[in-house]
Amino acid sequence: MSVLPRQLRMLTLALLLGIAGPALAQASDPTPLQFNDNAEETRFHRLTAELRCVMCQNQSLADSNAQIAHDLRREVLDLMRQGKSDAEIKRFLVDRYGEFVLYKPEMSPGTWLLWFGPALLVIAGGVVVLRIVRRRSGGRDIAEADDNQEW
Amino acid sequence: MNTPSDTPGQNKSRGALVFAAVIIGLFFVGLMGLLAYGVKQSGRADREALPSPLIGKPAPAFDLPLLHDPATRIDNADLAGAPYVMNVWGSWCPECRVEHPVLTKFALTKRVRFIGYNLKDERGEALRWLEQFGNPYVLVIADEDGRAAIDWGIYGAPETFLVDAKGIVRWKHVGAVTDEIIARELIPALEKAEAQQ
Repeated sequence: MSVLPRQLRMLTLALLLGIAGPALAQASDPTPLQFNDNAEETRFHRLTAELRCVMCQNQSLADSNAQIAHDLRREVLDLMRQGKSDAEIKRFLVDRYGEFVLYKPEMSPGTWLLWFGPALLVIAGGVVVLRIVRRRSGGRDIAEADDNQEW
Repeated sequence: MNTPSDTPGQNKSRGALVFAAVIIGLFFVGLMGLLAYGVKQSGRADREALPSPLIGKPAPAFDLPLLHDPATRIDNADLAGAPYVMNVWGSWCPECRVEHPVLTKFALTKRVRFIGYNLKDERGEALRWLEQFGNPYVLVIADEDGRAAIDWGIYGAPETFLVDAKGIVRWKHVGAVTDEIIARELIPALEKAEAQQ
């Protein structure tokens, strides 16, 4: 009977030391994923970091503790072992959960604005700046007149 | 006194300035519009619900046991021929308890076949839940490990699907269903599916 209070003391200590977080996270994961080798593990971590958790939408699949994230991680590993490529695995998830699961959305007419919008803005800004600079250098006397102006 | 409008060149540059100001103003108004839209959208209860890519596509192939009789298995072909509403639930899901009276009332109208999809549950717990709160489903299929749920794009409970007679997914709702959602979304989607048969 004296074992339990001691474990409780240990747990309290662990909580105080802030190491209980990862311990609890593992406890909620009924069967932790086992990797065959380092290469597989590296590929798995890289792939799941690029996929978004559908339940907790600000986390990647790799980071999330949600039940569905656990299930999807297991599914991703299974698909990897079936010899599927990264693109095929992403396709699999997009077909079921939508484009949303990709942190890097695919290039398609629907996402052109997303991909090229910033570049378009930079180009538009550049054109405006260029025109202003040209006009200023063209009418030098205006610039001189500006110098005399009181603000 | 020299005023800026004295020379034609200055006139022109002033026109350009006004033009630029109008463009920037419009851009700003557009941004404000986007912000207003975003704020309005963030008030939606289901703001985190994702649109299902399955809508308009055939329901995924599945083959799952019945909750009440695990020896009997149900697949797509068993459900074909008439539309059905499939409600994903679990005894572990608090929101399911919230929508349960609403769904029970809807099921009692017998408007459409109402099927339960018991997700990642323990059989005993699930049966006890149905006994306690009532069983509105004509049949309940059990997906204990949640594998088939991935094919449906299910990411939690409750979720509710409408599948038509040909097995095409017509509608999906993530989160608890309310009377208003049934009246405003589910019934019209069902009527449309029936009209197209």
